[in-house]
Amino acid sequence: MITSFIHRAVMQGIPLLYGSTGEILTEKSGNLNLGIPGIMYVGGISGVIGAFLYENSLASPADANAVLAIGIPLICCLLGSLIMGMIYSFLTTTLRANQNVTGLALTTFGIGFGNFFGGSLITLVETDVPSITLSTTSHYFSKTLPFAHKLGWFGEVFLSYSFLAYLAIIIAIVASIILKHSRIGLNLRAVGENPATADAAGINVSKNKYFATCIGSMIAGLGGLYYVMDYASGVWSNDAFGDRGWLAIALVIFTIWQPSIAIFGSILFGGLYIVHNYLNDVINMTMSTQELIKMAPYVVTLLVLIITSMRKKRENQPPASLGLPYFREER
Amino acid sequence: MKTAGEKLKREPLVHISKRAALPFWKSWLIRILSIVASLVVCAVIIVLFTGDNPFAIYGTMIKGAVGTSRRVWNLMQNVAMLLCVSLAVTPAFKMRFWNIGAEGQVLMGGLATAACMILFGNKLPPALLMLVIIAASILAGAIWALIPAIFKAFWNTNETLFTLMMNYIAMQIVAYFVYIWSVPKGSGKIGVINATTNAGWLPSIGHNSYLLNIIIVAVLTVLVYVYLKYSKHGYEISVVGESENTAKYIGINVKKVIIRTMLLSGALCGVAGLLLVSGTDHTITRDTAGGRGFTAIMVSWLAKFNPLYMVLTALLIAFMQKGATEISTVFGLNDSFSDIITGIIIFFIIGSEFFINYAVKFRSHKEVEAK
Repeated sequence: MITSFIHRAVMQGIPLLYGSTGEILTEKSGNLNLGIPGIMYVGGISGVIGAFLYENSLASPADANAVLAIGIPLICCLLGSLIMGMIYSFLTTTLRANQNVTGLALTTFGIGFGNFFGGSLITLVETDVPSITLSTTSHYFSKTLPFAHKLGWFGEVFLSYSFLAYLAIIIAIVASIILKHSRIGLNLRAVGENPATADAAGINVSKNKYFATCIGSMIAGLGGLYYVMDYASGVWSNDAFGDRGWLAIALVIFTIWQPSIAIFGSILFGGLYIVHNYLNDVINMTMSTQELIKMAPYVVTLLVLIITSMRKKRENQPPASLGLPYFREER
Repeated sequence: MKTAGEKLKREPLVHISKRAALPFWKSWLIRILSIVASLVVCAVIIVLFTGDNPFAIYGTMIKGAVGTSRRVWNLMQNVAMLLCVSLAVTPAFKMRFWNIGAEGQVLMGGLATAACMILFGNKLPPALLMLVIIAASILAGAIWALIPAIFKAFWNTNETLFTLMMNYIAMQIVAYFVYIWSVPKGSGKIGVINATTNAGWLPSIGHNSYLLNIIIVAVLTVLVYVYLKYSKHGYEISVVGESENTAKYIGINVKKVIIRTMLLSGALCGVAGLLLVSGTDHTITRDTAGGRGFTAIMVSWLAKFNPLYMVLTALLIAFMQKGATEISTVFGLNDSFSDIITGIIIFFIIGSEFFINYAVKFRSHKEVEAK
């Protein structure tokens, strides 16, 4: 039971890991992108649209080509979330709009976009399928290593995931290394901490903010894609993604802005998200207690936020200019 | 041929500078133009999906929002609720305290209302019950806002992230109590509370059950406007918002202002919760606040934190949402369509603020040739 719990926790954690890695990159540049929940929806639905159109163009599921089945949704997802990132960057960086308002509008738009296409795609394309079930493409997305099941608990805990899950971990590690040990990361952190100083040092503030936000959005969008294609095995149902986007933002605080910690944090959060199903077998719980247990990730995050702000350790603080617009002539 | 040196001398293509205050009519002209532009974009999108004449569709939209007197009342009720939450977040925003926890504060106010209605519904005389409900809901909303305010004031904890987390904690607390009080037991739904006795329901004036809500919110709008514009507290809020250091220098107790303002903000959210539970739904679910806590932020910001303009922005957003819902029913589309439309309009208005605050000068051709 413990191995299956860990397996499920990781599955739950991967979308959060994508979301929080993307948001960490974005926040490091000083942009507090509250549009992440919307972007993850858009990433998911864009992939679904691509996969849906591809599957419908096939005469029979047997014709599916592995490269196209994975490539088309993947590119659609990246493109969709890139556009969302561009909208955010254009409004906040070029037009200097308020980040909170822009982010929330982006979330409203993104969730609406996801649910709208999720609900109307079938009507719009005029096919006779009863629901969006992308079993063919999802089959390619959820392919795991063939020998994973032969290795017992070790295989189930470490090897039984699809390529997107490992990609999430690789991206988090790479992001962590770039942020900590490269010039690009140093510049990015400078922009997030003090854009005026960074500007004076010759760093292009706008370019850094654009890049970080757009790449961050694309990473976050992959979280949506993973959720639909692997976790939900290709079945889109409206609002199923739920509040995972906000949980990803919570995870950013929980990990004190470090993608490498986010790998473990996401699994922990994923575990907290589903632990009520498993605790039920140990102690008999009522539905009401389960609701209280679902509160745990948020309470834990809040505690981390409070403790880091009380201890005032400099390296654990949010980027200093987080949420503030930068206008060179404004002093 | 141009040398590299000459190239460096060239002015950048666009030159942006901060504008001095723009005349009133000009800034509103820009805003209205941006709304028109957004409606054009929306029309294009609507035509893409429905293949119908855009004017006919906007006609459907207007009919959907204000077509019948029942719909007008519904719209007014929606505007009132959205406006109430927007009023609540405004004092905090003016102070640059990013309270995005209105959703949770409204829910806690609503939960307190529901709790009083369920626990004391048949035990207290109606007038006393109403007083208890009012006190409880205001207190609950205020406490939920006080917690982040204290941490912000004393430890400078990031309030945006703090209030965001408080939303979800509130939602789970509500979900917990919904299961505890569910009727029938274990169904996970409370249903209409005190359906037979109507205990704890806000009285309806005449035959209209929403009129009292609308009147209360109208009064609150004026009160908040006066409070922000003409009271000493309101002045202190705007000074703290402009510059915390200035506020300290002229002897304003910043911590006190933060805590006091958030108490007010939370209390107003509590009132919104009261109006939603006791005056509208007569029940509570975790979706009672229905995203209004987030939409209110946009309403308040679009109105430049002015409660009177907020009536207009709340009306615009509520109208578009109602209208877009109608379009989706008529054309058999998903009702999330309204969120897309709202999102696009807000993007345009957000963008238009830039052209109000900044002047954009393009490099003139003459200068280029002269060099």
